[in-house]
Amino acid sequence: MARVEFSKKACTVNPLKMSQPIGGALAFMGVQGCMPLLHGSQGCTSFGLVLFVRHFREAIPLQTTAMSEVATVLGGLENVEEAIVNIAKRAKPEVIGICSTGVTETKGDDVDGYIQLIRKRHPELDHMGIVYVSTPDFKDAFQDGWEKTVAKLIEVFVPANVEPAQRAPQRVNVLPGCHLTPGDIDELRDIIESFGLEPTFLPDLSGSLDGHLPEDFTPTTLGGTSREGMAAMGSAAWTIAIGEQMRLAATTLEKRGGVPFVLFDRLTGLAPNDELMAFLSRISGRPVPQKLRRQRGQLVDAMLDGHFHFGGRKVTVGAEPDLLYAIGSWLTEMGAHLQAAVTTTQSPVLEKLDIDEVLIGDLEDLESRSAGADLMMTHSHGRQASERLGVPLFRLGLPTFDRLGAGHELTVGYRGTRTLIFTIGNMFIAQAHEPDPDTWRTSDENVSHFGAESSPELVQLTTMA
Amino acid sequence: MSTLAAKVQDVFNEPGCDKNKGKSEKERKKGCTKQLAPGAAAGGCAFDGAKIALQPITDVAHLVHGPIACEGNSWDNRGAKTSGSSLYRTGFTTDIAETDVVFGGEKRLYKSIKEIIDKYDPPAIFVYQTCVPAMIGDDIDAVCKAAAKKFNKPVIPVNSPGFVGPKNLGNKLAGEAILDHVIGTQEPEYTTPYDINIIGEYNLAGELWQVKPLLDELGVRILSCISGDGKYSEVASSHRAKAAMMVCSKAMINVARKMEERYDIPFFEGSFYGIGDMSDSLREIARLLVEKGAPAELKDRTEAVIAREEARAWARIAPYRERLEGKKVLLITGGVKSWSVVAALQEAGMELVGTSVKKSTKEDKERIKELMGQDAHMIDDMTPREMYKMLKDAQADIMLSGGRSQFIALKAKMPWLDINQERHHAYAGYEGMVELVQEIDKALYNPVWEQVRRPPPWQEKTWEERANEAIAAEAAALAADPVKAEEVRREKRVCKCHNVNVGAIEDAIRAGSLTTVDALAEATHAGTGCGGCRDALEQMIEAANADGAVPASKAA
Repeated sequence: MARVEFSKKACTVNPLKMSQPIGGALAFMGVQGCMPLLHGSQGCTSFGLVLFVRHFREAIPLQTTAMSEVATVLGGLENVEEAIVNIAKRAKPEVIGICSTGVTETKGDDVDGYIQLIRKRHPELDHMGIVYVSTPDFKDAFQDGWEKTVAKLIEVFVPANVEPAQRAPQRVNVLPGCHLTPGDIDELRDIIESFGLEPTFLPDLSGSLDGHLPEDFTPTTLGGTSREGMAAMGSAAWTIAIGEQMRLAATTLEKRGGVPFVLFDRLTGLAPNDELMAFLSRISGRPVPQKLRRQRGQLVDAMLDGHFHFGGRKVTVGAEPDLLYAIGSWLTEMGAHLQAAVTTTQSPVLEKLDIDEVLIGDLEDLESRSAGADLMMTHSHGRQASERLGVPLFRLGLPTFDRLGAGHELTVGYRGTRTLIFTIGNMFIAQAHEPDPDTWRTSDENVSHFGAESSPELVQLTTMA
Repeated sequence: MSTLAAKVQDVFNEPGCDKNKGKSEKERKKGCTKQLAPGAAAGGCAFDGAKIALQPITDVAHLVHGPIACEGNSWDNRGAKTSGSSLYRTGFTTDIAETDVVFGGEKRLYKSIKEIIDKYDPPAIFVYQTCVPAMIGDDIDAVCKAAAKKFNKPVIPVNSPGFVGPKNLGNKLAGEAILDHVIGTQEPEYTTPYDINIIGEYNLAGELWQVKPLLDELGVRILSCISGDGKYSEVASSHRAKAAMMVCSKAMINVARKMEERYDIPFFEGSFYGIGDMSDSLREIARLLVEKGAPAELKDRTEAVIAREEARAWARIAPYRERLEGKKVLLITGGVKSWSVVAALQEAGMELVGTSVKKSTKEDKERIKELMGQDAHMIDDMTPREMYKMLKDAQADIMLSGGRSQFIALKAKMPWLDINQERHHAYAGYEGMVELVQEIDKALYNPVWEQVRRPPPWQEKTWEERANEAIAAEAAALAADPVKAEEVRREKRVCKCHNVNVGAIEDAIRAGSLTTVDALAEATHAGTGCGGCRDALEQMIEAANADGAVPASKAA
């Protein structure tokens, strides 16, 4: 049972946290033909854009209402309207996803009201979806923006119908948290499809930000969940939510479409994946496929081979709650010791971690708790602390801008867990020191040695052990 | 906000800016506060610009007063290098919460300053104002003043909240902050007749260090680089320099000009990119220093170094020239360095097939024209699709651009090189030019291109072939449908700032019998933002006159 503490500092040093509007924007990037739009000054968008470009190494669709000082004071109706009209004209998206920012929330722009007005004024845009999520920068964190946006997408696009005429038994909805990479989603799709089930992911970053070469250039998102796909989610047999952050979305979907849900608070490690397989087998009525049985065997073998290197290792983790929980729990299960855990926002999963205290803080806090650790795990911004402390860094989460393949890092499934064991186990192995004749010699200055200048009767033989 | 508003006005009145000189009194007052087109804009805000300009000062704490977005989403993401302290890479922010928005964030700011001093004890703290605290009325000037007095340490307010304007304005507001609060507040230990300031150089990827060895050799001392690899005390005592070089086009022209006014430090505008520009810059430095009293022999020594270095650089580039001669380069840069890069590439024997001058000033564009002849193909604003078409039409061999358009080039399987802020290679001075040529050569001749362009075995047509067919089909459809073609032609945007298209401009010229750009601007707002389209507007007016549209209505 961990205790959740808040940092008492006035000044955040080396932020771990990112803002919730860009968490919301990322969720919109998993919707097909979408243009995410931040309602704020152009800097709000440009910082987020650069962050995603460097992480995914992809062109990123993200627009701004470009609020000036005057527009901010007077209210942003005109800017929102102009932005929607401009985007509709230039990018022809199926959906425009709007997130508010600190600037427009401080003023108190009534964007829902604006959209109603704009809808009235522009009937030619009726075919286009417009979704608005309130995400002030000065509240919550990245993960919260994602959570609210997915729930809002469901509210807008899944028709309210608790008892649909026909429920498709083979169709399952999957609501992945923002800690899952496009690679994780591909892995899960592979697993679920091998049970003969048809998954619909929302959001689906695997189509949009997985680094494939497009057939053509579009200024909006490529791939992602389509509007029809979202609309059909209400008639699926089940919803699988991954990460506590997806509870809100799963509940929303249950209320609207009557779809029952099961929530996996993590999918890293043996036990949670066994639960997933058992569940999929039950709802599909099929036995677990050979392929996955073999993968389980490989994971168990990797755990056996790897545990020598994980046992007793001290690891510190800085990540958003669901990612921290998934990785932290798995590390503990491998025999490693969680030396410190720092996160960005409150979540019920935090207290389940096997550590005394989880701190809602920054990377300065993580650094001050990482001395003497064997490994630090956090996003790329941990690189300075890692260098200063001489503690190796495993880059975990967003942004990972100084390594290749961030979108394909795996942490889910038997196979993902196995890869993690190998990658991190190898980092531990690489730190092994070759012994030399003095490795076990006591450096105590009071100890003198026979034949040295000091008198031989002072030699303490016990230190030779 | 009234003082900030005054500051912004002051910056807009920059007499050193040619673009400004060309404007009417009324336009000037409007300044560069171009209202960006919502939903069609890209680029950083004024806060971003201020941070870019000052963050390279390495030994101070840069504290961002605002919600997490401003610092949390962007910290430590630029390549300015340091030879000493790395405190500038530490992200400090007040990360204001809802309660601060309600009750004011000044207390948190003050406490934050105290915490930083207690823990890190920097020689100074720069406090950056952002939109939200500016809206709720946090007076950072007052907090900085109180903190400076209490802790006996310079605490510098940088008043440049994002919504006052674009990045470029932020650069200048940052300049104002150091002019008001830093420059002239300390004295150097000693001075020499060879002391210079370099203004607007950020030491990205260590570029300053590609130039510094030559200055060292000449005995020229960089008293202060504002702000690359800078130290607070150097900037504070920079007013004792004998001369200055302004590097990054117009980004900090106000600093250069006001230092000339206040401290009699003459400056020139130069570039370290390209062999010719580098030599010119060294010559100018020597000339200004000699004019200010340095021994005249400095000029001879400078010429000797230039001759030696140019010969050496050419000798190193020669083996590549053969491989690069005639290769077509498509240059897309939003940066202000377009014209310097153009010169550099031409020196390597390459041909330019286009350049974007989105953010460059009018003068920059003139220089590109001068370098490339009147045929310069200006590409101001393109959708990704148009960009693919252009890559194809231009038959470019390689594209050079900033990080954002990288993936459009790569997805088109086009060799690409990063020449913007986040780049990892240094391209300054003679050394940098050789490096740039080497990098282009590496990119062009990498064996992956042939492999990735090969279609998969199950595909009869490559997607490029299909895209080409689509483009051809579109063109054919337009050719067959003159009404539609005319529609498309009229849709093309001329003024990006105010989103005015060809059709609206032509209609305005016709309806109002307009003969001047100013009149057209009055009618449509076109050309009153960045001013970048004024040439195009003039041509459109001329064309309309030639067509007889205007005389006919004039006669009426």
